[in-house]
Amino acid sequence: MPLVFTLAFRNLFHDRLRFVATVIGIVFSIVLVTVQMGLYLGFGRTVTTMIDHASADLWIVPRGTKCFEDPSLLDARERYRALSIDGVAEAIPVVIGFADWRMPSGATTPVFVIGTDLRSGGLQPWDLVEGRIEALSTPRAVAVDRSYLGRLGISGMGATAEIRQQLVRVAAITNGIRSFTTTPFIFMDVDRARSHTGIPSGKTTYFLVRLSPGADLARVRGHLVSNIPDAEVLTSAEFRERSRTFWLFSTGAGAALFAGALLGVIVGTVIVAQTLYSSTKEHLNEFATLRAIGSSRGYIYKVIVWQALLSAVIGFSIAALIGAAIVRLTAETALPILITPGLIAGLFLLTVVMCVASAIAAIVQVTRIDPATAFTR
Amino acid sequence: MNEPVIEAVNVAKVLGSGAAKVAALRGVSLAVNGGELTLLMGPSGSGKTTLLSILGCMLTPTEGTVRVCGHPPDGAGPEDMALLRREHVGFVFQSFHLFPTLTAVDNVRLALDVRGEPSRSARVTSREALAKVGLSHKISAFPRELSGGEQQRVAIARAIVGNPSIILADEPTAALDGENGQAIMKILAGISKEQGRGVLIVTHDPRLLPFADRIVHIEDGRLVGEEHGAARPQ
Repeated sequence: MPLVFTLAFRNLFHDRLRFVATVIGIVFSIVLVTVQMGLYLGFGRTVTTMIDHASADLWIVPRGTKCFEDPSLLDARERYRALSIDGVAEAIPVVIGFADWRMPSGATTPVFVIGTDLRSGGLQPWDLVEGRIEALSTPRAVAVDRSYLGRLGISGMGATAEIRQQLVRVAAITNGIRSFTTTPFIFMDVDRARSHTGIPSGKTTYFLVRLSPGADLARVRGHLVSNIPDAEVLTSAEFRERSRTFWLFSTGAGAALFAGALLGVIVGTVIVAQTLYSSTKEHLNEFATLRAIGSSRGYIYKVIVWQALLSAVIGFSIAALIGAAIVRLTAETALPILITPGLIAGLFLLTVVMCVASAIAAIVQVTRIDPATAFTR
Repeated sequence: MNEPVIEAVNVAKVLGSGAAKVAALRGVSLAVNGGELTLLMGPSGSGKTTLLSILGCMLTPTEGTVRVCGHPPDGAGPEDMALLRREHVGFVFQSFHLFPTLTAVDNVRLALDVRGEPSRSARVTSREALAKVGLSHKISAFPRELSGGEQQRVAIARAIVGNPSIILADEPTAALDGENGQAIMKILAGISKEQGRGVLIVTHDPRLLPFADRIVHIEDGRLVGEEHGAARPQ
């Protein structure tokens, strides 16, 4: 093992209390950044979950639509204009809207209704744990997520309630379709969705466009844009990005998460810098001896940077374990924290940069060491 | 006749500034030859440590020149001075200045590690250096597990492991009892005689006189006398 590493390791572990304080600082900082960035990623994924699960090549959306939950409406007749374009195989209407769910107890709670043409399978509920998609075609049938059963005041399959004074019956139950707004999603047939949300029968929220095999997406899109002037035509990726941008940045949610992450980095840097500085100060006599026996400044910088890197690796490892536990704990919540391999790599890099940057104050201190002090101590 | 391994010519050093300015050295000329053990003696504040620091390339003189193995460090930057130290000078300090978190062999190995010597050969050489000072049985001991005399022997091993031309020692026996002090001086005298290195020792301790080839006296920043020591070959 290189002696410079041994020296750094021993310096670090010599004062265990200070080392623990350093590691706590790094762990606190990285866990905070992990949670903030994990929430950012999780939020970014959750807000596009409907777009991700819709099988569409293109979306026809009302002009100016900001996100999936935007309640603007299109004329249902646009569907026929879309279908008249060569290359369009299907234009499936999707209706969304908020409504009040009246529980058997008489209490009400807001729900988010998603209606789709169940025969075409535009935006159907997924991950069914009870019931079948086909059952949603029967009168009054709806699908709910099992995590919302309590919230909706029902016990499960076959339970009844009212939406807009009209009876509904649970015919399918999903697992894990959760809304970041905490408002339960209710899936049903598109015509009943209009009725339950008060949307006129001649209106729809979106059309999901599926192309014929071999059709050129750009060309079809161009024709759709010129034929349906009051709407926008977006690819799934574009709609996803638009929704994500709206929720993360227009609402300030993303900025708040980034601010929290930045706070974590600042706190971590200050704590590590402070502990490295005081550790260096404590070992200043040893560093002066090193200088006296002829070491270069670079050698001493290496000792300090190794201390910083060791702190980074140990702190990151603990933070990663805590982060993994938090991911597991939040997996079933409305806003799960998402950690991707890219985020892990980024966080490790951030930890290293933070710790090495924290070493600068200590390095500046060492630069001023007078080797002659080895004779006067 | 051995050549001087270290040499100061008309060296003056002013410390501090303004009203606090002090002339620590005034026109000091001194040469230390290989194979010679020289004692530098003088009262506190006489300039002994300042002279040692200048000869050891830790301080630059205000006036005069210094040569270390023929190299003049005049005008050299801190890194050039460090290079001269690690290539030509070994240091022994009054308080040993061992690294408490490193074993004896690692403390010695540091002097080679700062030169970039490979770990494996450095470990072998460091063990040999410890054997030379009679500590081959303590290579894995930490400083806290060693007596004062043993710690100073580790410090001497660290000073000689890089084969420097000169050893500069500042009060190497001051922190030791008489018996350990004598043992340390025997080792330093052996380094001088058997290995042909120059050894310059700053001391107050008259018990070291029998080991000296030469004794140089300094007062108020000036060399005021020089005499042959008992160890000098007649």
